[in-house]
Amino acid sequence: MKFTGTDSYVASDDLRVAVNAAIALQRPLLIKGEPGTGKTVLAHEVAKALKAPIIEWHIKSTTKAQQGLYEYDAVSRLRDSQLGDERVKDIANYIKRGKLWDGFTAPERPVLLIDEIDKADIEFPNDLLLELDRMEFYVYETQQVIKAEQRPIVMITSNNEKELPDAFLRRCFFHYIRFPDRETMTQIVDVHFPDLQRNLLREALNVFYDIREVPGLKKKPSTSELLDWLKLLMVEDMSPDALRSKDSKQLIPPLHGALLKNEQDVHLFERLAFMARREQRQ
Amino acid sequence: MFVNFFLELRQAKVPVSIKEYLALMEAMDQNVAESSVDDFYYLSRAILVKDERNLDKFDRVFGHIFKGLEAAPGEGITAEIPEEWLRKLAEKLLTDEEKAQIEALGGWDKIMETLKKRLEEQQKRHQGGSKWIGTAGTSPFGAHGFNPEGVRIGQDKNREGRAVKVWDKREYKNLDDTVEIGTRNIKIALRRLRKFAREGAEVELDMPDTIRSTARNAGYLDIKMIPERRNKVKLLLLFDIGGSMDAHIRVCEELFSAARTEFKHLEFFYFHNCLYEKLWKDNRRRHVDTFSTAQLLHTYPPDYKIIFVGDASMSPYEIAYPGGSVEHWNEEAGQVWIQRMAETYRSMVWLNPVPERHWSYTPSIQLLQQLSSNRMFPLTLGGLDSAMKELNK
Repeated sequence: MKFTGTDSYVASDDLRVAVNAAIALQRPLLIKGEPGTGKTVLAHEVAKALKAPIIEWHIKSTTKAQQGLYEYDAVSRLRDSQLGDERVKDIANYIKRGKLWDGFTAPERPVLLIDEIDKADIEFPNDLLLELDRMEFYVYETQQVIKAEQRPIVMITSNNEKELPDAFLRRCFFHYIRFPDRETMTQIVDVHFPDLQRNLLREALNVFYDIREVPGLKKKPSTSELLDWLKLLMVEDMSPDALRSKDSKQLIPPLHGALLKNEQDVHLFERLAFMARREQRQ
Repeated sequence: MFVNFFLELRQAKVPVSIKEYLALMEAMDQNVAESSVDDFYYLSRAILVKDERNLDKFDRVFGHIFKGLEAAPGEGITAEIPEEWLRKLAEKLLTDEEKAQIEALGGWDKIMETLKKRLEEQQKRHQGGSKWIGTAGTSPFGAHGFNPEGVRIGQDKNREGRAVKVWDKREYKNLDDTVEIGTRNIKIALRRLRKFAREGAEVELDMPDTIRSTARNAGYLDIKMIPERRNKVKLLLLFDIGGSMDAHIRVCEELFSAARTEFKHLEFFYFHNCLYEKLWKDNRRRHVDTFSTAQLLHTYPPDYKIIFVGDASMSPYEIAYPGGSVEHWNEEAGQVWIQRMAETYRSMVWLNPVPERHWSYTPSIQLLQQLSSNRMFPLTLGGLDSAMKELNK
């Protein structure tokens, strides 16, 4: 099993090595990076490349670690007992499997994605230490041990909203997806829009990296925003000249809504563009 | 070599443990890195570094330990050395025979290029060894001659060369920070302040009540639900900003960001040096958008817990006398306002980023210590812990 990138995902060398190490040594891989640099997509692409099924567990602020293992539905069992349902005699009927259970018992070695682990409570990663380390857990209600027959490829993404505990980090491999440089970005765009005009792409990338350079932006546009914007430009059939026109009436690039995601950023950008133009006139 | 690498990483304060070291050995054993230096660099980085802030430290240690693998200096050195000078130097030192040999090895310009690089590297790094230019050395470039045998220049395009570039570039430099107390630790300390209460929608099964009411119902099931437990502590943070507080900005930012994610009911205001009749929420608009302290006392009910964050270092007049403020004319003295706060809010602490052992030298700190009835704590993890205990009383 080796991951070398796919035809729809450009994996840098370091990312490739990190993924392969995680696969070979059967450790979870923790992926961090700016939002929109393809952390979640990576898990999907790894699954695609290895032809493995993918099991996704999206974490929210209310998610508990136990929900990933299993949940015991006491209320419906109580109700069934009143109605004299036969199922009530077996407690196993009321155990709901979680994503980790699914991952441990899958017939093929799956890719298990634990998405945005930093959204959960601060203790959440600690509650999963043993489960991720030994890939087994104990079901108290039925007194059985669920053990992974083959250890799933675990990918964990984090947006850095919370720091993760050291004990948890020890058990993971780590990769920080750096923001792609121009060259890599061109490759990435090529993979997604193979028939984009060369000069349009060049102008678009100019505008894009210019925007990223603007100091004080609340949310810098990232790869996924660039791809959305390019798609829009293609749909609108925008010409490269429209992007280049720095001294036209337009202060900010066309269809900027795809790149700048809050009104403060748009204002900031407008103000800077206005000042730049005033300087040009003088 | 690997043990050294490991130890040096620890010395450079990259938190690595035996577990990671063994994982690296295991990976080497399984041939994950495929015996290329590039891959080994990526592999060890993925295994040993767990936080992007440590990537730069890692790069530095890696570059240092595996320097022997550097086959050639990296590209892109741009210090200036006059070319004529180099040419002269070389011409003076070389015989015609040697020049011919050099020609065969890859051309004059290439030699020049390499010599230039070598000289620059020497200037830049000042490292010893047989590689560098010196008098009577064994180096291929030396003051006593140009050793044609030693010339293996022009081979700087090998794999190692490229890899060196990666870690010598130190791309992660700006992510490095040396925060002593991370936000996680602060959050753990703040957790002491959790006070759970059940409010809102009823979503959880209340087991005792269900059993009770089922029994009362003659065994017929009567399910009772209760709302989920939520942290209902209300917090009001008041930050001293500007002036002498500039030195403590980082720790205040950390405290603020940790508190903001930990508490649902969190309000904050800024003041300068001492609390007077006005506070503000936005430092850029501090003279326009102000919030009167009297209104604050009325707006936030007494069950709010108050945390002052400030160094409390100022002239005692700023606290004790009307008109003492450095910025404006205040009708009432700062201490009057502090007393009012203390009367309204039962739970109130003052966190001071100034180390505790210096407190006794500053009269204003002692004054405020008294005003807050000895509830001033240093802004350290220990101090934060005691402060949270105090707030929980």
